[in-house]
Amino acid sequence: MNNVTNGAIAKASHRKKIHDWMVVVILLVLLIAAFTISANTGTIRLSPMELFRTLFGQGTPQQELILFEFRLPRMVISLLIGAGLAVSGCIMQGVSRNGLADPGILGINAGAGLMVMLFVLLFPSMQTTNSLFLLPALALIGSGAAAILIYALSYKKGEGISPTRLLLSGIGVAAGISAAMIIMTLKLTPESYTFVANWLAGSIWGSNWKFVMALLPWLIVLLPFAYYKANVMNVLNLGDQTASGLGTAIEKERILLLAAAVGLASSSVSVSGGIGFVGLVAPHLARKLVGPKHKMLLVTCALVGALLVLVADTITRSLPLQKEIPTGLIVAIIGAPYFLYLLSRSKG
Amino acid sequence: MKLSESSDSPAQSNHNQSPTQFHSRPWAASLILTVGLGLLAFGIALSLSFGAASIRLEEVWNAVFHFKPELQNHQIIWEIRLPRILGGVLIGICFAVAGAIMQGMTRNPLADSGLLGLNSGASLAMAICFALFPGSSFLQLMLYSFVGAALAVVMVYGTSSISKSGLTPVRLVLAGAAVTALLSALGDAISLYFDVGQDLAFWYAGGLSGIKWVQLGIVLPWVVAAFIGALMLSRSITLLSLGDEIALSLGQRTGVVKVVGMILVLILAGAAVSLVGSIGFVGLIIPHITRKLVGVDYRWIIPCSAIMGALLIVFADLAARMINAPEETPVGVLIALIGVPFFLYLARKERRAL
Repeated sequence: MNNVTNGAIAKASHRKKIHDWMVVVILLVLLIAAFTISANTGTIRLSPMELFRTLFGQGTPQQELILFEFRLPRMVISLLIGAGLAVSGCIMQGVSRNGLADPGILGINAGAGLMVMLFVLLFPSMQTTNSLFLLPALALIGSGAAAILIYALSYKKGEGISPTRLLLSGIGVAAGISAAMIIMTLKLTPESYTFVANWLAGSIWGSNWKFVMALLPWLIVLLPFAYYKANVMNVLNLGDQTASGLGTAIEKERILLLAAAVGLASSSVSVSGGIGFVGLVAPHLARKLVGPKHKMLLVTCALVGALLVLVADTITRSLPLQKEIPTGLIVAIIGAPYFLYLLSRSKG
Repeated sequence: MKLSESSDSPAQSNHNQSPTQFHSRPWAASLILTVGLGLLAFGIALSLSFGAASIRLEEVWNAVFHFKPELQNHQIIWEIRLPRILGGVLIGICFAVAGAIMQGMTRNPLADSGLLGLNSGASLAMAICFALFPGSSFLQLMLYSFVGAALAVVMVYGTSSISKSGLTPVRLVLAGAAVTALLSALGDAISLYFDVGQDLAFWYAGGLSGIKWVQLGIVLPWVVAAFIGALMLSRSITLLSLGDEIALSLGQRTGVVKVVGMILVLILAGAAVSLVGSIGFVGLIIPHITRKLVGVDYRWIIPCSAIMGALLIVFADLAARMINAPEETPVGVLIALIGVPFFLYLARKERRAL
């Protein structure tokens, strides 16, 4: 009898594993397809064959220029920030045990936005060349500061931080910051306003290899770290009492994980502007696809996030409009209806 | 079971709920209503006499009750200050009562028209108006703003109610977050594309100073009707706030109550947003404080919230004009300044899980 059940469980878990890997493979295929289409999008078209040849150094100089200098860096950045924001959201939702948590909630976008707006307000002439790398750095400082503030506000002696308090403090601080930003909005020149509004709405503007290099180290360190801590997140999900009963140093792990999430999100936001919806939606989608165990969840989540932002950015570039609509808006416009659909289908 | 107004008596404690949850303090509520009205009258008078041109209260009285169009001070009071202050009273009532209804119906202490997407729906409608129909009259703006808020409500409620497990508070807030993201993305895209973003920002941040008699005349009947509706619905909301099962078992038609309540909320929120844009925290904080003071009976919470909301806006507006005179600070910003610390304080105290 016992053997039979064990066999059944083993079989079921085997089937689950196959299912999960199928999901990952399908997502990868979709990513490659999106990548090909995206590389092909723009005034000068590159057919898949040409793309392939150019990638391996066999293209015409013009094709190489277009691909390597213009399209590829922007696409790589889309993929990276998609993965970064999605995993950041996944960690936050795991740590706070709340499906509403995302980088926007923890004040990352608000903090970064405040610094960017302050900078544009104080040095209106410096938005173009000089600030290319200054802005991301400022954004990073702003988001980090907001995150620390929110953490400190939700910390209580003896109790540590409660997930609910963290979420509520985040909402409060974000509201406070956006109030401050309203005052500044009124003092901006129309040009500066357009720049800031585009930045806040998440237009991927840092589209060259230097930005890729600035972003990459963060992801190379923090994504594997998150994967390494997957089991810790699984345990944290069981609730504080169980987790500490199982010998987890809750407070320490939470700080580490939150710091990782903040690092991922703020480095991404510093390059992409305030793309807000990926961190909320990608973990939910991933959970639908592979369930709540974090190892598989994080991988799927990164892929879903990367796919979402890449597709959104491709749509942005292919819309026949006189002005480019920021990628972050397209993310929300395609992500939100699907999220609502999922929400209506889900139980509990 | 009846929620009588004298529910301090131990007889009120019901076996379903802990006695504290039935706490209702009619005397505190009556005190708030009378003292609140007095304070409101004081605030309005202060507000009328204070400004770039300081005007004595006696003259204010004459301007209001014996208006002489040839006097400049009378003109200032009648044409600029009075509509502005009455507008403040009105939007205070709107946001606070809308918040109270939503918190009662969804049993969610975080519910407010901003979080559930209504404000973003109304703002989207305004962005469309500014971009595509720049010459719209205020009546049109307000009606579009109703439609926008209604769109958000339909989406949030539609999503939550199609699903098998129904309208849980978490689901509602999640749906609200997604709808907010969608509608504000659409609004941002439109305002960026048509370059009306900063105009909109000015419209919103300008707040109370832009309010005219015409607008008040258009908004007032809606707000009065919605407020009376809210009072009539208040008993049902109290029952609903005890949970759907309890309300059902007490013979409430919860579906009808929710629909009517939602319509009231979107009239209130839509009207307020079309007047001043989205002012956060009033709908969140005022019902919280009121519940702390008067207990759980919505027959008291709703009128008391209305008074306190009006008070908050009138005094915040007064402060907004004084802080950096003669320049004005947007009143929404000032309210956030008061609201954020209070909200953070609540967040620290909050023990309930969401």
